[in-house]
Amino acid sequence: MTKPPFQRFLDAHREDVWRYLVAAVGREAADDCFQETFIAAMRAYPRTRIENPRAWILTIAHRKALDHHRARARRPVPVGAVPDAPAPPEAEPLGDGVWERVGDLPPKQRAALLLRFAGDLSHREVAAALGCSEEAARRSAHEGLKRLREELAA
Amino acid sequence: MTEHLTPPIFDPADAAAAAARFSATAHPDVSYALIDSPVGTLVAATTDRGLACLSYSDHAGGVDAVLDHIAARISPRVLEAPARLDLVRRELDEYFEHRRTAFDLDLDWALVSPFARRVLAATREIPFGEVSTYAHVAAEAGNAKASRAAGNALGSNPMPIVVPCHRVLHSGGKGIGNYTGGVHRKEALLRLEGVLLG
Repeated sequence: MTKPPFQRFLDAHREDVWRYLVAAVGREAADDCFQETFIAAMRAYPRTRIENPRAWILTIAHRKALDHHRARARRPVPVGAVPDAPAPPEAEPLGDGVWERVGDLPPKQRAALLLRFAGDLSHREVAAALGCSEEAARRSAHEGLKRLREELAA
Repeated sequence: MTEHLTPPIFDPADAAAAAARFSATAHPDVSYALIDSPVGTLVAATTDRGLACLSYSDHAGGVDAVLDHIAARISPRVLEAPARLDLVRRELDEYFEHRRTAFDLDLDWALVSPFARRVLAATREIPFGEVSTYAHVAAEAGNAKASRAAGNALGSNPMPIVVPCHRVLHSGGKGIGNYTGGVHRKEALLRLEGVLLG
């Protein structure tokens, strides 16, 4: 079974990946992660057995989002210099801001909610992406939602 | 808040733009573009070696079938990257504007069998404004009796116009013969080259 041209794969999944990344890393960083995601996917594409293309590409996007957060955590925050002008407003993801709060959740809950609701994967697919049981993926999403509810009520 | 989260709002145009940036900057094995010409839209595909395919978009099953064939025969790492076909587009434009009589493009013969390659190599030697016969290119390819096989090789020429299979005709005034993009295109190209009048 030969694979379709990669351009067709890209066209079929670009919106799913973009939507996921806007939620996972924000609008500003989404493009870099998008490029990294499809570069990695195209490299592996010819020799990978892909049962579920959407889950496959979103799993790669998830890893690239993690790389992005790790790199940002390592980057030193400049201190000392006082800016002359007020800093430009932080770029915010489109939407109602709930996804920013998701970004502050513990990693497992965050990953489960992002893949389930921004990636629109089933709990089973989320579990495969995260390398955990379906029950664990379901529990992480449930706990994440519960915590979000508590924070929003506070 | 219910038992689900609303997906983030996003602009599909942003996703399309990100995908276009990817196609333009990534390093696929095959880059393709659709090129308009006076004989119709062409699907042009190139590898690092050179032009591998120049197919009439309304023939050979259409654009998708051509790309499927390339994915199966060369590599599935295929992206639409028009800038990588600029040289092909320029030479074709010059040809159709009567400013070019021979193509200087590098070719990739990946889609061509060994016998067909010999037939097409002989076909490339036919100069602009001249014609030859199926029997002659078969003989040039090493088998004078294989004019029907030569006809098949020309009919499956993946790079028409650049490999000028339109210059190969039946011998003895039996008509101009078939053409991969339809006989009307063969006639149009021969008219452009001054072989057919009117």
